[in-house]
Amino acid sequence: ADIISTVEFNYSGDLLATGDKGGRVVIFQREQESKSRPLSRGEYNVYSTFQSHEPEFDYLKSLEIEEKINKIRWLPQQNAAHFLLSTNDKTIKLWKISERDKRAEGYNLKDEDGRLRDPVRIKELRVPTLKPMDLMVEASPRRIFANAHTYHINSISVNSDCATYLSADDLRINLWHLEITNRSFNIVDIKPANMEELTEVITAAEFHPQQCNVFVYSSSKGTIRLCDMRSSALCDRHSKFFEEPEDPSSRSFFSEIISSISDVKFSHNGRYMMTRDYLSVKVWDLNMENRPVETYQVHEYLRSKLCSLYENDCIFDKFECCWNGLDSTIMTGSYNNFFRMFDRNTRRDTTLEASRESSKSRAILKPRKVCTGGKRKKDEISVDSLDFNKKILHTAWHPTENFIAVAATNNLYLFQDKVN
Amino acid sequence: MFVRGLKRKCFDGEEDIEGTLAGIKAIPSYNLQRQSLLDMSLVKLQLCHMLVEPNLCRSVLIANTVRQIQEEMTQDGTWQMINTQSTGQASLDRLVSTDILCRSSREQAEGKHVPGYGTFNKDFEGDQGQDSSETMSTASSVQAPRNLPSNVWEMENPQENKGNFQKSLDQIFETLENKSPNSVEDLFSEVDNSYYDLDTMLTGMMSNTKMGHCDGLETFSSPTNTASNSNCKSDLNELDHIVEILVES
Repeated sequence: ADIISTVEFNYSGDLLATGDKGGRVVIFQREQESKSRPLSRGEYNVYSTFQSHEPEFDYLKSLEIEEKINKIRWLPQQNAAHFLLSTNDKTIKLWKISERDKRAEGYNLKDEDGRLRDPVRIKELRVPTLKPMDLMVEASPRRIFANAHTYHINSISVNSDCATYLSADDLRINLWHLEITNRSFNIVDIKPANMEELTEVITAAEFHPQQCNVFVYSSSKGTIRLCDMRSSALCDRHSKFFEEPEDPSSRSFFSEIISSISDVKFSHNGRYMMTRDYLSVKVWDLNMENRPVETYQVHEYLRSKLCSLYENDCIFDKFECCWNGLDSTIMTGSYNNFFRMFDRNTRRDTTLEASRESSKSRAILKPRKVCTGGKRKKDEISVDSLDFNKKILHTAWHPTENFIAVAATNNLYLFQDKVN
Repeated sequence: MFVRGLKRKCFDGEEDIEGTLAGIKAIPSYNLQRQSLLDMSLVKLQLCHMLVEPNLCRSVLIANTVRQIQEEMTQDGTWQMINTQSTGQASLDRLVSTDILCRSSREQAEGKHVPGYGTFNKDFEGDQGQDSSETMSTASSVQAPRNLPSNVWEMENPQENKGNFQKSLDQIFETLENKSPNSVEDLFSEVDNSYYDLDTMLTGMMSNTKMGHCDGLETFSSPTNTASNSNCKSDLNELDHIVEILVES
């Protein structure tokens, strides 16, 4: 139940939220730089922990609803409190995280320890005063958005208007207003009239970072559709359709499965989007629909192992991907606790490992290499020795600095750029 | 490399095979590979039914793969060949089914892991070319969990395999859509009326339709027991009663 299922920095990067399989949310806060501890800047400590979702039972279908947090998305900060959306398979919740560092003292009707004062003994009125107290961080659910999804929610995305957000499940996408919980608008519905004809599902969806009327959603067939909410109320007809033509020479029975997109993310500047399928990461220019502008192979050495990966279900693993603040580097996870970074400008890529042995505090990570055949060099690891249970599905990059958070099963690793 | 579940039947591309005679034997034919992939996919789909709530994306991807294989096999002509073989073995299927049903309930309960979400019809699996004979023998020994449900639940006459196949896929999606205990009733709506000895068991089952799938299966073995026991007991009681009357009078 401690397995981390989502990782997300907030807009300033000061807070880092993680959600786990047990329905808990843990928020880390960055330490402020201080003269007494000059090295402490950059450390994240636990700020708040709360139980976001509980397991539920759907009586109609006799099925349990998992409490696992599928996604967390922060809202842009508008006042002293922080807000985030967290979702499991069926219900989205808006949480308010606020600090309390003062308490009122000098009540008239009760003592400092809470006991009621005898009214006869009260001779004068006094005005309560605020006194400082130890910092307390409280998380309270402000809105619960329920009963709008028949299928499992895979994505939530806050709109740039900061008033609405979308939630996507396997077949539908709904638009919500943050203030209204009893109503949502269905904007995409790909459920066929006859379920027997179902061949494609929605795998991820995201709003454009600047244009509040634009969003994209990806499918299990490797396609991305960009929709404009101004064109019609129901966005079943896309405005743009992104698909790379299949390479006939590499076609196999697994072609469709490995083309299924597991994550889609807009770049910060809003000009590009990145998609992750099983073996690669692709960068698309929003103005070019017929092919991606860049393709990066994450673990091409697995292409010859697809049958075994199908057998043990690893082929269905959903890896996420992320951009750095400048949109110059992209990062995604792999197996054996490896994660990969691709520099778009230099075209150089790195493989790093998130493990206790290689991650002593302040130690520099050594690049790893997977040997694909022939003689294995020293320090290389062969494909057959990879641990497919150790998968890095969730990673996050600080919005402005070179800080990354990598979730390896039930451990969270934080790395920073050595150039400080 | 971590592998769980099924025994490995498929071979990945670049295995280190020397060009010896032994090496050449180790390379499976494309058909065999395709066949094992089909089998694996079908088992995966059936396992989907067993989960609390199946992952729709995964199910859709596996179903598409199965459809793809089927289409290719149809084009190959392999599908037709398997079809003709099946009708010959239809009667054998029935014999085996009756055999299983008539066994004692204890033996049935021992047959491991009976996946109960059985609207998925698997008769075409037992009919496929290469390992059909093996399937039949394993079915009769009631060891292979795959074949037990297919023979127990498969009451209808073997039809066009393709039709069944499509129907099975449809049923998978329907079950995915409406997951309810009533599927137990659906199972029995297809029961062939010639199996009169099923009546007692069915009665036992029908009264438990509100239970979950696994529960339903567990009671499958017990009604047989109680039915036969109670029959014996009632017989004895009746006999006693008659004797009493005779004695009294």
